[in-house]
Amino acid sequence: MGAIAGYREQEHTADWALEVWAPDLPELFAQAARGMLALCGARLEAEPRLECALELEAPDAESLLVAFLSELLYLAEMEYLGFDEFEISIDSNRLRGRICGAALSGLNKEIKAVTYHNLSIRKTSRGLEARVVFDV
Amino acid sequence: MINIQDLRKISDYEWEIPKSFRQDMRVPVRIFATRKLIEAVMDDRSLEQAVNSATLPGLVGHVLVMPDMHQGYGFPIGGVAATRYPEGVISPGGIGYDINCGVRLLASQIEYSEAREHLAALATAINHNCPSGVGTKGHVRVSESELNQICRQGSRWALNQGYASEADVRRTEEGGVLEGADPGAVSKRAKERGLAQIGTLGAGNHFIEVDVVEQLFDAQAAQAMGLFEGHLVLQIHCGSRGFGHQICTDYVNEFQGAVRRYNIQLPDRELVCAPLDSPEGKNYLAAMRCAANYAFANRQVLAHYARKAFEETLGGKVPNWHLHQVYDIAHNMGKIETHVIDGERMKVCVHRKGATRAFGPGYEGLPEEYRSIGQPVLVPGSMGTASWVLVGTEGSMQRSFGSTCHGAGRVMSRSKAKKSVWGEDLRNELEASGIHVRAGSMAGLAEEAPQAYKDVDDVIETVSGAGIARKVARLVPVAVIKG
Repeated sequence: MGAIAGYREQEHTADWALEVWAPDLPELFAQAARGMLALCGARLEAEPRLECALELEAPDAESLLVAFLSELLYLAEMEYLGFDEFEISIDSNRLRGRICGAALSGLNKEIKAVTYHNLSIRKTSRGLEARVVFDV
Repeated sequence: MINIQDLRKISDYEWEIPKSFRQDMRVPVRIFATRKLIEAVMDDRSLEQAVNSATLPGLVGHVLVMPDMHQGYGFPIGGVAATRYPEGVISPGGIGYDINCGVRLLASQIEYSEAREHLAALATAINHNCPSGVGTKGHVRVSESELNQICRQGSRWALNQGYASEADVRRTEEGGVLEGADPGAVSKRAKERGLAQIGTLGAGNHFIEVDVVEQLFDAQAAQAMGLFEGHLVLQIHCGSRGFGHQICTDYVNEFQGAVRRYNIQLPDRELVCAPLDSPEGKNYLAAMRCAANYAFANRQVLAHYARKAFEETLGGKVPNWHLHQVYDIAHNMGKIETHVIDGERMKVCVHRKGATRAFGPGYEGLPEEYRSIGQPVLVPGSMGTASWVLVGTEGSMQRSFGSTCHGAGRVMSRSKAKKSVWGEDLRNELEASGIHVRAGSMAGLAEEAPQAYKDVDDVIETVSGAGIARKVARLVPVAVIKG
């Protein structure tokens, strides 16, 4: 965990778990999204790039993270789009901003859902950390 | 952290974590496993998750754990929990995202020896007819009003559309339709995801497999099911696809607020729940039943296309290429059932998460031909090993809310499996041992490698030894089709 922000796959017997860390909440969300994309083996077309406006609200930061990742799973399944750039702000459990990406050229594996299992966003000496478990 | 010393041994096949183990437990945990199978999961969090599940309000009897247990999210996989109806709770996480994930078994009169030279073509034809993989759309597109019919009618919808026979529907758990489904309780987003996915297999551990009946253990039950040694059978393992995943996602999210409103304290947010008689609980139950019915219809449409593949490949080449349905069972489900608990007959909501209903002989709801033998139980093993057909027993009715195991159970993480196994090597090994493989993703194939699972025969010896199921037949694979 040398980098100030990143993600790493963690051992889980049946499902997938992702450890994510970042200095602030928007970057933590972005890292979780990139990690999820990597777990699925998603590949994006180089062109054309596209962007969407996104606005989500939830009762707490963990629920907002689940809603954000679930939204990206929905766009991958229904629109076959993947997103890897995030210009988002999070204030009072409200996420607003733009997400940028492209059509998927390939998706190896299916994630059924983002779970709340032992999910908590923790403050550490290096910023924020979370562990997200996906049902696969 | 739980140690094996914390468990009280009841028999060689049964163990208990007493209620006194943790202050917030409402009932004890009862584990059906040998010492070897328990030791296999001491490194993961299955037992801790079972203890967490034992904190749900309204639980009765024990929280049960089957020998194929492994770590899940919230509930352990292999978990069974019953809550008193209607004041107990229902927990979407105790049923899972893939609502009514289950298995269908079709049997044939086709001798392996006469079909052997056609198996490669058969695997290709099934792969072509039964769409699989991530985000795949099916041959069948339905309108929203047809989707609402699927939600209410399950396999009956498939029958009306010509995808099923009366016998198929009769030989499906609950006759392929749960009453009380309400499409009005399902979100627009779940419906969007459901429209194009009827008749699709998906990816992950879902598969279609052609097997040979290797050995029979109960001639009378095998006869009733139409199973004969050396004959081909077909298994279909899948669930409610994105439709069910979205319904569970929606309600796990909504119930985060419900637990606050009903002042329910839980050790894990994935266990969120609501009283069965609350508006939230009733809505989830109505939506969950839509997904359950969707899954029954989904497996029925896949069975229709698998039969088409058999006809295309074997029609005119073997004397009888017909596939008849043995049974279709759910292993992720919440059901309102009546059981005798501590001598009291009561209505309960049985949560089965990676556990199969296993009703014993004589129980209502079983088709006439199975009334005297008990309900068929279908237990797929890991890829390339063996699968089993069992029947429910009086013991399962008395001790496990009419439930038993559902598979082999993982022991190795997916990340470790894909680091230690190459998908291409595994495919070559399987092909060399006479198993035809059609897989959409080599990485996905590696994650499902047999070495990532327990030995299914150990699991079956345990449920059979514990008396919560009885052996009928062992099946070995000859063709595997995966997304």
